[in-house]
Amino acid sequence: MMKLSLKSNWVIMLVFAVVVLTAPLWLTPIGANYPDLLQKFAIFGLFAIGYNILFGLTGYLSFGHAAFLGVGSYTAVWSFKLLSMNVIPAVLFSLLVSGVFALLIGYVSLRRTGIYFSILTLAFAQMSYSLAYSVLTPITNGETGLQLSLQDPRVLDAMAGVAKTEGLPSTNLFGQIMSGYPGFYFCAALLIIGFYISLKIFRSPYGLKLMAIKSNQTRMKYTGFNTRPYLLSAFVISGMYAGVAGALMAVTDPLAGAERMQWTASGEVVLMTILGGVGTLIGPLLGVGIIKYFENIFSALNEKVLHEVFSALPDGLENLVVSVTELFVGEGWHLTLGTLFMLVVIFLPGGVMEGVTRLITAGKRMLGIRASSGSAGDEK
Amino acid sequence: MDAILIQILNGLDKGGAYALIALGLTLAFGTLGVVNFAHGALFMLGAFCAVTFQQVLTISKKVKDPSITFFDAYKETPYLEIWWGDTGRAIIDYAVPLSILFAIPVMLLIGVIMERGLIKYFYKRTHAEQILVTFGLAIVIQEIVRSFFGANPLPQSAPAVVAGSAAIGSALGLSDNLVYPWWRLIYLGFSLAVIFAVFAFLKYTTFGMVVRAGMADRETVSLLGINVQKRFTIVFALAALVAGLAGVMYAPILPPDYHMGMDFLVLSFVVVVVGGMGSLGGAVAAGFLLGILQSFASMNEIKSIIPGIDQIIIYLVAVVILLVRPRGLMGREGVMED
Repeated sequence: MMKLSLKSNWVIMLVFAVVVLTAPLWLTPIGANYPDLLQKFAIFGLFAIGYNILFGLTGYLSFGHAAFLGVGSYTAVWSFKLLSMNVIPAVLFSLLVSGVFALLIGYVSLRRTGIYFSILTLAFAQMSYSLAYSVLTPITNGETGLQLSLQDPRVLDAMAGVAKTEGLPSTNLFGQIMSGYPGFYFCAALLIIGFYISLKIFRSPYGLKLMAIKSNQTRMKYTGFNTRPYLLSAFVISGMYAGVAGALMAVTDPLAGAERMQWTASGEVVLMTILGGVGTLIGPLLGVGIIKYFENIFSALNEKVLHEVFSALPDGLENLVVSVTELFVGEGWHLTLGTLFMLVVIFLPGGVMEGVTRLITAGKRMLGIRASSGSAGDEK
Repeated sequence: MDAILIQILNGLDKGGAYALIALGLTLAFGTLGVVNFAHGALFMLGAFCAVTFQQVLTISKKVKDPSITFFDAYKETPYLEIWWGDTGRAIIDYAVPLSILFAIPVMLLIGVIMERGLIKYFYKRTHAEQILVTFGLAIVIQEIVRSFFGANPLPQSAPAVVAGSAAIGSALGLSDNLVYPWWRLIYLGFSLAVIFAVFAFLKYTTFGMVVRAGMADRETVSLLGINVQKRFTIVFALAALVAGLAGVMYAPILPPDYHMGMDFLVLSFVVVVVGGMGSLGGAVAAGFLLGILQSFASMNEIKSIIPGIDQIIIYLVAVVILLVRPRGLMGREGVMED
């Protein structure tokens, strides 16, 4: 087994790390190379990878993962306010708090399966959202959102003798300010770690058991496995991913609002995971990339730009084309998203990864190579 | 005592809306086995039927205002008023109830198109995929409505006759200042009527009998040589109609906007699950129950004891019921437990 296989963990990790870290280079030609968008890619990538561990492996459709994202954000901002502007404690605390939160919610929700589970998670997420807006205002600062202020104690920073700045301090990693590209690289580092953990889970006996739960939980139980601890741990792990993603949102922009917990936010991560390919390693990341990239492009378009794009067409036709496409861009970006989503679920339930697999199989057949029995989609 | 009665009434009309939406949802689920996340969008479409109807009725042209003589003043006058005078004005006044006539064919058509065009292909797919595709559809419907009607709520008014409040207090021999808006009482009566109509339809017609048999055991019914599929299309259209009617009549209570469907969808799903997936009676009971509980929780006396309870009561009840009674209040065994 010493032969270096193309599919060994280290090769995959090396390729992945290189691809992620050089993202600013290869995203430049398609106009996606600016820090804000890159950070979003990495943060939502982490969120989707984590969600995939629950939904992709065990098949439990959670509609409440945004709650963990929100909890992570709030924890991180509180850590910035009370302890230090350093991002390490913020991320660690978010990991911890969202983990505990996921443990509580998961313990209750996982008593049910199928749609009952989905509704329970949805109910908990909506409860957190409503409470964050109303009663928990002292903690969450309600509609305004939790922000840094000049009066924050920042105990650790004070002990370390960090000089007080004039305005609001910015988040940093031992002095390195976490905005722009450094912010992206910090997110990217966590994304790589997160991807490595997910890879390890996918290829471990533990991951196999999770997949077995998805394919037939009853049979799992009859063979003598207690599935609860596996499900609960998967739930907590994916909740922690969401928490860290939330913390990273606060790192790149120290502000936390309750709208991050709304169920539409949970819907978004489901969408990304499905679009890329549920249960595949790289699929959710593709989904994130596609959605965030097109969101960025489509929302920026407006009627004027469209007229320029289609100016080559004859006038009457131009106006017609513009008025139709106008529905799908700018504010209407969600229409594109919904349509795309429906098309994917109808024609490509396995997401983009299934499409890729189909293309590869078709390509091989055309070249006369016998299609390999292993599914490329699962391992790529 | 007065406060409690008011809260019960408040809860009943809200519960009526929940019950109607949940009824359609359960009907579609029990017969077709489809979890329809676009059902809230149907409710919203119903409300926008009322909006469209009202806008069509009030298409106007500028007419010289005779009451101002200093200069040429023009005011918008609906064609109906120009043509028919007072009759036209009365028709416009009754736009919302009249739009039911408009909504019935529209909602039936939308239901048939949805079932034939999309839902039909998802009978054999997993529930997760059904949820996802209808979720996508809900987004699409909602965005289309927004691009036509804009993002702002469009207030609709009830007919002038019932614009005021009913003096329930004096009618029941309680205090005189106990009053309640007429339209909400009408809504309550309307939702009860629709619920009874649906139940009577299922109970006393041959068609309804087949549908109930299909809900209990689809395979056997189709083995008996009955085209279940065709009937189920009609059932889906019926479910769409019920949701649509709920929406039409709700327009004067809550100004329709494009995302009202989503807001109600989450709640009505909770209602369905609390009632028990696939149980029509459960859906109706849970709808009224949660409506009443919600309005009680928003009383100041209760809010001061448990702050924030009004925001979360429905979800809290859902969690408790699902944990204590896994299949909801009246759920049948073996439904949605795979």
